[in-house]
Amino acid sequence: MTLLVHLFGKLANAAALLLAVLVLNFCLIHTAPGDPVQVIAGEMGGASAEVIASLRAKYGLDHSLIEQLFTYLHNVLRGDFGYSYYFNQPVLGLIAQRLPATLYLALASVVMAVVIGTLLGVASARRPNGLFSHAVTVVSLAGYAAPVFWTGLLLLLLFGSVWPILPVNGMSDVVHPKQGIAHLLDVLKHLILPSATLAMVFVAQYSRLARVNMIDVLSADYVRTARAKGLPESVVIFKHALRNALIPIVTVVGLQFGNLFAGAVLVETVYSWPGMGRLVYDSILRRDYPTLMAVLFFSAVLVIAANIITDLVYRLIDPRIRAGAR
Amino acid sequence: MLLSKRSFMAGALGGLAFAGLPFEAWAQSAGGGTLVIGSTQVPRHFNGAVQSGIATALPSTQIFASPLRYDDKWNPQPYLAKSWEIAPDGLSVTLKLVDDALFHDGKPVTSEDVAFSIMAIKENHPFKTMLAAVDKVETPDPKTAVIKLTHPHPALLLAMSPALMPIMPKHVYGDGQDLKTHPANLKPIGSGPYKLVEYKQGDYYTLEKFDKFFIPGRPKLDKIVVRLFSDPNALLVSTERGEIHSAPFITGVRDIDRLEKSQNLVVTDKGFEGIGALNWLAFNTKKKPLDDVRVRQAIAYAANRDFIVKKLMGGKATPSTGPIAPGSPLEEKNVEQYKFDLAKASKLLDEAGLKPNADGVRTTLTIDYIPGGDEQQRNVAEYMRSALKRIGINLEVRSAPDFPTWAQRVSNYDFDLTMDTVYNWADPVIGVDRTYLSSNIRKGIIWSNTQQYSNPKVDELLGKAAVETAPDKRKALYSEFQKIVVQDVPIYYINAVPYYNAFAKGLGNLPTSIWGIASPLDELQWVTPPKT
Repeated sequence: MTLLVHLFGKLANAAALLLAVLVLNFCLIHTAPGDPVQVIAGEMGGASAEVIASLRAKYGLDHSLIEQLFTYLHNVLRGDFGYSYYFNQPVLGLIAQRLPATLYLALASVVMAVVIGTLLGVASARRPNGLFSHAVTVVSLAGYAAPVFWTGLLLLLLFGSVWPILPVNGMSDVVHPKQGIAHLLDVLKHLILPSATLAMVFVAQYSRLARVNMIDVLSADYVRTARAKGLPESVVIFKHALRNALIPIVTVVGLQFGNLFAGAVLVETVYSWPGMGRLVYDSILRRDYPTLMAVLFFSAVLVIAANIITDLVYRLIDPRIRAGAR
Repeated sequence: MLLSKRSFMAGALGGLAFAGLPFEAWAQSAGGGTLVIGSTQVPRHFNGAVQSGIATALPSTQIFASPLRYDDKWNPQPYLAKSWEIAPDGLSVTLKLVDDALFHDGKPVTSEDVAFSIMAIKENHPFKTMLAAVDKVETPDPKTAVIKLTHPHPALLLAMSPALMPIMPKHVYGDGQDLKTHPANLKPIGSGPYKLVEYKQGDYYTLEKFDKFFIPGRPKLDKIVVRLFSDPNALLVSTERGEIHSAPFITGVRDIDRLEKSQNLVVTDKGFEGIGALNWLAFNTKKKPLDDVRVRQAIAYAANRDFIVKKLMGGKATPSTGPIAPGSPLEEKNVEQYKFDLAKASKLLDEAGLKPNADGVRTTLTIDYIPGGDEQQRNVAEYMRSALKRIGINLEVRSAPDFPTWAQRVSNYDFDLTMDTVYNWADPVIGVDRTYLSSNIRKGIIWSNTQQYSNPKVDELLGKAAVETAPDKRKALYSEFQKIVVQDVPIYYINAVPYYNAFAKGLGNLPTSIWGIASPLDELQWVTPPKT
């Protein structure tokens, strides 16, 4: 019951937040210089004043900004995200084609970063001052500090050119299309480099976090008790210690979703991954307002959803919160 | 799959060798195979009738056939029209269509479709001057179309190229919907050598051989896949690896160098003369002190075109000295060259009354550039800053975060100097006139006469040349126009953009016509198919 009330509160919050996001996006995008009609007219190689006026009228750009904002909000509330000026398609259709690819990439990266980061952290917590621990620290911080498009380019050159064993563009082999399981394996193979690139940024944070928490937890009384009971070391570490050390990591995963999408835009560009990243890039260059606003809106939805899910998962692994401490 | 294909090839080769046939003969006769093209250009849709630009032209020219096509010497060749005849008064052009051309849906191509397409393109295509002279198209019989003109229009022949005049089926596109947003632009039906079978937005599109294409034995390839890249580095790596068999529109010097080193590729800059992309420095001729022609000439003398082309662009670009692109039969080479001469530049500035102050500075100006193309645009702008310092002009480089910002500034005359890239589109009437006609000074529109250049003599010459049907006289008119414009320097011409194409070595009959890869790839074939 408390859970339901809690969830309801969260959802109401989210709705208010999304409305704010819509308005803010609208204002930000419309204050940028240049407008879509100018780009379209430019590509036409010059257009007459009448053509320009008719384009403006067609896209509703001849109304005042306030009017445009309310029309937009009204349409969005009815589920109409408009028509892409540039791609000549309904925006929802465009996004529906692109969203899955971004989701695969984001989820694969999160899973990879959490698993690898946590394992590295756990391993280095066992001998916090050992050589391995220091090596993990250095490598993961390097991965964290490097800009993601740069790491992406280096990995692309390494595995695409120097040691060409992995595909470096797109999501599947389009020359020899595959079906069923073979297709799935093909997509996974294409996913390796992009998700590894994106994961690298987050591995550092998770390994540092896991290491610190594990060191903390491993010196706790109940761990000593578990060891005294004669439990095998693997049970002590993974069942008794890790579960408690995981809680802060889950929090951070939720908080990081926004960064994850920002990183995905860059990674998608490097590897021509057909997700929303490329769409954002193209829409910005074309001042394709409807597409841009819809992409930003759906990114906000994803981030907020991720936060709500984190919150729920958090309650699942930490009974203290479930009891209503928060 | 892999094994069986190889063993089949070995078998075929072995058998032919046994029969005593030379290898070449076998290779020439072998058709089929898949070609993978890699491009960073994302098409809005596939219908070149309502959309200009190379992103759309590449697929549109495969899907749609046009009345004429061109060879690599600017000669028109029959395509959908087996013959064409211009009336002595220049006021009508009669096209005789081939008999057996079919659209992808099986319906025949008739003069009705040609008439519909020409009028639709006139109505909807961005290049308004291209078909402005067309009054109507008559269709005396299903295989004859007569284009009626209000005045002679020699540019019409080039306007009938595949990239500019796709013939659309009237029964599909003539249903009354707005052609610019017609659903069939994304599911096109044409009569060209390939039909579109799949488009994964922003990822790739697949073209398949049209079995009933009207030229027997063509196209040679079974399938063309165009893979869209968002990062040029990934495109380069994939091309080197042989996953991409053709990479068109490569302009980076280092990229070109790198591809030229690859053993498996042929790299050529042939095949873009028709598009004629010029890279230049434009002046705001209404703004002081640039309204004085001597100041513009001084800047031209202070810039070292040789250095820009040979050093900054690594010798890959072709220098250009006038408004008509190198390679065009109408180009006039005998114009003022503005050979690097600092003394002359300083003298001109003195005459214009721009004296240096105590710090040696005569004036301060800004230069803009189109963001994104560093080698053609930003680097040249940066170079100009140091070049003009030597004649006492303090030049500030203004960057723009993206294209719309730059376009906004330049089209609203909020600039002093700007780098720019503008396409000729084969005939001056289509792509050159717009930059110089005083009637095309239109605020807010990029790639109009944003220099606000106005010279009645130039207006007159361009007006005459547009309707002159005698090739020699027309060429003479354009020669005079070019000399005047170069003398007036609304623009300092630098180079033709080096568009390079990389092709896999195993390919034969490379597309080197004036429209390059923006023309039907029906002859392109695998001589030595790639190992898969």
